Amino acid sequence: MSGSPSAYRMLSTSGLLGYGFPESSLERGLARGVDMIGVDGGSTDPGPFYLGSGKMLSSKRAMARDLGLMVRAAAKNKVPMVIGTCGGAGGAPHLEQTADIVRTIAREAGLKLRLATIAAEQDKADLHRAHAEGRMARLTAGPDTDPARIDRSERVVAMMGPEPFAAALDNGADIVLAGRSSDPAPWAAMAIRGGQPPAQAWYSGKMLECGATPSVPKGHDCLYVTVDQDSVTLEPTAPERRCTPSSVANHALHENSSPCIHVEPGGVLDTTDCLFEAASDRAVRVSGMHWQPKPYTVKLEGAELVGYRAISICGTRDPLLIATLDRFLGEVRESVATKVGNLGVTPDDYTLIIRRYGQTGVMGASDPLARALPHEVGFVIEVIGPDQDTADAVLSVARVTMLHTDFPGRLCREGNMAFPYSPSDISAGPVYRFSVFQTMAVDDPLSPFPITYEDL
Amino acid sequence: MALIKDIAKVCKSKNAGPFQLTLDVVFETRAEYDAVAATGVLTPSLFAALYDVDEADVIFTPYPAGLAFKATIPRAIPAGDLGDTDVYGCQQHAPLLEVDIPVNAVAKG
Repeated sequence: MSGSPSAYRMLSTSGLLGYGFPESSLERGLARGVDMIGVDGGSTDPGPFYLGSGKMLSSKRAMARDLGLMVRAAAKNKVPMVIGTCGGAGGAPHLEQTADIVRTIAREAGLKLRLATIAAEQDKADLHRAHAEGRMARLTAGPDTDPARIDRSERVVAMMGPEPFAAALDNGADIVLAGRSSDPAPWAAMAIRGGQPPAQAWYSGKMLECGATPSVPKGHDCLYVTVDQDSVTLEPTAPERRCTPSSVANHALHENSSPCIHVEPGGVLDTTDCLFEAASDRAVRVSGMHWQPKPYTVKLEGAELVGYRAISICGTRDPLLIATLDRFLGEVRESVATKVGNLGVTPDDYTLIIRRYGQTGVMGASDPLARALPHEVGFVIEVIGPDQDTADAVLSVARVTMLHTDFPGRLCREGNMAFPYSPSDISAGPVYRFSVFQTMAVDDPLSPFPITYEDL
Repeated sequence: MALIKDIAKVCKSKNAGPFQLTLDVVFETRAEYDAVAATGVLTPSLFAALYDVDEADVIFTPYPAGLAFKATIPRAIPAGDLGDTDVYGCQQHAPLLEVDIPVNAVAKG
């Protein structure tokens, strides 16, 4: 192996910034020697609200706790700290709020650090140009690429690859905070920059982005990964956890459409031929991954405002009502439509959804047990309207209609529903949906992702 | 004969992005995985029937390295959109638990 770069060592503190990790796990990892530390900052998994609203997924308090330990550890050990998809969704407000936390930590700790922030939010005019140039492509099961979706979106982010991270490091950054990124990209960037091949580098990122999740028992904890020319070796730093060939192989199933073919910016990681070997009783060595370069594309994600939501929670314990629920809820729906007309609201102005927990609440009407009759049913009455005031007004009517609508054989003449709360109605605020989810071909992996540097 | 809930080590669902749902069944040993694979019960058509989607839309991957079978299907309602019941997609596995596999049940470890 003479002439090969030495193995590259990375530490991921947890599956998501703000989920927390034991301080002792970070210290154990640092004691082994690291070339960088990082953590994944977000995901689409919690739904479209965060991208649409600009709100952060984790609380600022939880993020400040994790970042405080990480920034000080990086500075003390003179290694970079790198975080992708900051703030949960990786838009401009998420990146700015995360950077603000880091600025405060550096100031209070008296640390002199060079911070790079990499923006991922896209200018709509640029996206329209890309559409006109035929650079947009639909994703499997995703929506069409109608540019009206771009216009309707509150914001659209593009998912960066490793190149912007590498550029920030090349320009002397100590801390890199990025907007929306492919989850493995920050780690792949660091390992490639450390002289390791792309297949091993990307594979390491696939594992590191979830922290200790590839180990057993699962938990929010640190993962230590070593990348060399042939392989990737994983080991959780907490002594009570261990990686096994099975736990690592099975992590390839996580949130993927395929355990073997992973499409990334600039190529495809193929893990079909991976070999998983125990390197010790708690470390696993993986080899046999392949990287196939492809034309460079980035994924786009956008979220649009749908309306404003109000909800109320209640339940029935009446078997006579449960036996006739379809008809009852149909009558409630009709009665609500009539009553809200008196408030100047038409049925086109709102969506009324009545969820039935105990029957179809979790799987919907396709549940094979949808027709079973339980002894009690819980309801979430939900109204989405064009503004909060309309949603609240319709919900108020729907709630009282659920409470007092008659049904055949009714004996419970004082009310049909048990409400656990007073007030029973909850204004739940703006509702978003994913509006853009497609790929965009780019010539330059850096151009959609401007980097800003500041000396803290 | 054996139900998946009695012989699998893992049976789970999760989002694969906001527009797809992925279902995984994992077995403990290579012998169990091979026996289940040999029955031919786990197929795209089974997942299509259980989840009311077109068979052509089921991405089915036997994954021997993980002793697992994976099926990815389109979501009827995208994650978090109006009427969605499961933003994370992590509670859609129950119909799979009851699937009967014609193998001799082996006591779970």
